Amino acid sequence: MHDVANDFTIRVATVNGSGSQSSNLVLTSAIFRMGIPVAPKNVFPSNIEGLPTWYDIRLSPRGYRCRTRDVDLLVALNASTWREDVAGLRRGGVVVHEAAYPVAQAQRDDLVYYAVPFAQLAKEHFPQAGDLRKYLLNMLYVGVLAHLLEIPEEVVESAVQAQFSRKASAVATNLEAVRIGRTYARDHLEKRDGLRLRAIPGGTDGLLLMDGNRAAALGCIQGGCTVAAWYPITPSTSLVEHFIQLCERYRVDPATGRKRVAIIQAEDELAAAGIVFGAGWAGARAMTSTSGPGISLMAEWAGYGYFAEIPGVIIDVQRVGPSTGLPTRTMQGDLSFAYQLSHGDTKHIVLLPATVREAYEFAMQAFDLAERFQTPVFVLSDLDLGMNSWMTEPLPYPERPFDRGKVLSAEDLARLGDWARYEDVDGDGICRRTLPGTDHPAAGYFTRGTGHDERSRYSERPETWKRNLDRLARKYETARNAVPPPVSDEPGSPIGLLAYGTTHHAVVEARDLLREREGIETDYLRVRALPHSRTVEEFVARHERIYVAEQNRDGQLYGILRAELPAELAGRLRSVCHYDGVPVDALAIVEPLLECERGARAPIGGRV
Amino acid sequence: MTTDGGGTVNLIGLPRDAYKGLPTTLCAGCGHNSITNHLVKALYEYGAAPHLLAKMSGIGCSSKTPAYFVERAHGFNGLHGRMPSAAIGAKLANRELLILGISGDGDTASIGLGQFAHMVRRNLDCTYLIENNGCYGLTKGQFSATADPGSRAKSGAVNDYDVIDLCALAIELGATFVARSFSGDGKQLVPLLQAAFSHRGTAVLDVVSPCVTFNDHDGSTKSYGYVRDHDVLLHAPDFIRAGKEITVDYEPGTVRDVELEDGSHLLLRKIAADHDPADALAALRLIREARARGEIVTGLLYARPGVADLCEREYLVEVPLARLGEGDLRIPRDDWERMMQPL
Repeated sequence: MHDVANDFTIRVATVNGSGSQSSNLVLTSAIFRMGIPVAPKNVFPSNIEGLPTWYDIRLSPRGYRCRTRDVDLLVALNASTWREDVAGLRRGGVVVHEAAYPVAQAQRDDLVYYAVPFAQLAKEHFPQAGDLRKYLLNMLYVGVLAHLLEIPEEVVESAVQAQFSRKASAVATNLEAVRIGRTYARDHLEKRDGLRLRAIPGGTDGLLLMDGNRAAALGCIQGGCTVAAWYPITPSTSLVEHFIQLCERYRVDPATGRKRVAIIQAEDELAAAGIVFGAGWAGARAMTSTSGPGISLMAEWAGYGYFAEIPGVIIDVQRVGPSTGLPTRTMQGDLSFAYQLSHGDTKHIVLLPATVREAYEFAMQAFDLAERFQTPVFVLSDLDLGMNSWMTEPLPYPERPFDRGKVLSAEDLARLGDWARYEDVDGDGICRRTLPGTDHPAAGYFTRGTGHDERSRYSERPETWKRNLDRLARKYETARNAVPPPVSDEPGSPIGLLAYGTTHHAVVEARDLLREREGIETDYLRVRALPHSRTVEEFVARHERIYVAEQNRDGQLYGILRAELPAELAGRLRSVCHYDGVPVDALAIVEPLLECERGARAPIGGRV
Repeated sequence: MTTDGGGTVNLIGLPRDAYKGLPTTLCAGCGHNSITNHLVKALYEYGAAPHLLAKMSGIGCSSKTPAYFVERAHGFNGLHGRMPSAAIGAKLANRELLILGISGDGDTASIGLGQFAHMVRRNLDCTYLIENNGCYGLTKGQFSATADPGSRAKSGAVNDYDVIDLCALAIELGATFVARSFSGDGKQLVPLLQAAFSHRGTAVLDVVSPCVTFNDHDGSTKSYGYVRDHDVLLHAPDFIRAGKEITVDYEPGTVRDVELEDGSHLLLRKIAADHDPADALAALRLIREARARGEIVTGLLYARPGVADLCEREYLVEVPLARLGEGDLRIPRDDWERMMQPL
């Protein structure tokens, strides 16, 4: 038994619908409050009650935020997965389990077992609790771990208070459950393992825990969204729920009680997108939040928005596809689809947040970009970012006013005398528009998804069609320099890593592992939007081999870059893909990269 | 109408020409062209402000027509069957707009049935006009879902499927204003349209509008001849704009007065039957019995003024959402900093 302080992973295996989420959050928050960096990952079923669910809390003194394959401490509270849960523990790991589970059946004699009669304790201490008992049973394990890992009482107390801040009565009951767990552990369990928590003074100072969906909802508020239309879908639903909650507080006219926002639960994603583009056309900042299956339905409006040039924000909290796929698992599966969503020649602006802060900033910026470029803007979050809690610095207050783009007022029209809706007067491909309600005889124009000339008159003339398409391409080129630029870290290696979105967190750890264990230094560039900036091409040109890491089977960004970079550069790209539905870990990048670097296979461009 | 210097103008001082559009590109004799003319008259006489008019449409022959009236207004020729959602978005963004949706039977009863149903259910404040010819004109005459069973296409094919009656459906869905009319009857359609503009909620107008090219032959129940012979006028409507005195004299018991939300009135002088437009079941019976007889009952079938429309149910501020700025919308800095307090 050797001591491991603050650098291990706890897995809580429970049945969903048992209320384990509260106890998991209390435990996470308590450890975070000790100054120890945490990275929780909730792996849950597409189900309301009765199926297995796992909650991993990675503790990492270096602050790694990606998943890790190794589980060191298991809290086993699900009889149906008991055997596989134990089998998944690393050698010498620790198990806190319901005493009734048969340890012999587990067939692992390398583990340290702590049997706790959870069910019996709950029955004894909460005879009246009824349905509540199963919730309190989960809180017992917090007490047991608090004892085994030495989490101070006052820390757990403040975590419980924060978790149940809206229900004072729940605080007392839950604290009682924690106390019972702690007392049982103190009286009956002898510490036989080396996992320890050591408070790190200031270790998490200045940070808070937030999920990406809440951050994106805050971005929608600060970005001035006034029309939201949505259809419930995992894992984007909580984004809209956060938005609704924030609007109840911040979008009410104090004088009249009337609302400064319309939030419509649409009949489907077709209608949700229609509401967004109808509202965008009439001058409101509008958004919808959805996931892959919704994106499929929104294809026709995305094409309309692109071609008729109407602003609209579509947030896609990606889940696993194709088809209904795995609704509660994560993927970066919609990148190439969203990029060119709809038939014909379409190209969209796609923002790729990796962090909670970017989920907030990009959601907010999407409204500016949509209005500046009069086009749909996609924000591609994912389940991992959207639904898990992440440590984040406080989100900065927006300092810039809204960019409403080129909108002509009645006064502008009076000054101009004449104008044409799709005339590129500035040479940047972006035309001027008017909003319905503009009181000037020249304000109106006829918006259409059919071929049109500069004055928006129907036209089938080949040169008119081509001129318009070329202008749209020019507009897209203008956007290249307006979207969030890539961020990079280049110590000067011939090997480049390229990633986007939540894969970033695995890349951070992968680079450390490669450097520290293998002596391989890598350079890194993170793409934050499409169209990708020239910086990407320059980065590729500076490196001999570039590994494009992403969470999908076919290497979607890899494919886009191969198609769009000059052929001599495209050959330098290699694709590293992770696609089993759980968030990518560092080894999923390190292993294929090493294999390739050692010349085992794929010496030139291609899948690794 | 008043005379202002050189010409006649309406109550907001605009000449009739201000309501004109581009020349039509539909077939000569198309019922839709007549409806367009009735719309010009209705909007002009009503005194609709062009800059507040939003002409919304889907896809199809009918949906092209917004280009042919009030050219200076904003138009939105959207996607097939999806106009209702765009109309909802536009109205939520700017509740001052007068939303005029133009659709067809394919656009509404087939590809757009879902959005139609949910627009009605939400009681979006709009005039939703269906130019109903029972066929797909732009793709050369296939039956639509509003074709009557047994009716014959130009090719000779007989429609085996039952009809979707959009008025009956709208009433069932809780619509607050439902009328049926005929493109050839401007006398009836113009006052119904004006009442629809005044109504605060979804006004569904199903207007039979013959397709001269593909559905105007013997055996069609949407031909000019058939509709003229089988049109049963419920009543003769008169629209009295709010603030105007009702000067027409009627015999007691022969007229029903529907008062609309803005104080306008639709007076219905009895012709065929003394139908009470407040009675949904009576309206449904009327539609069914007429259909069984092969007749088309036209007029105001059902009206239920005073029901909160979508913007009111959402309890939106009076000022259009599109005009709100940072100061109205952003979380104040102090609240934000409290919210972002680290542990």
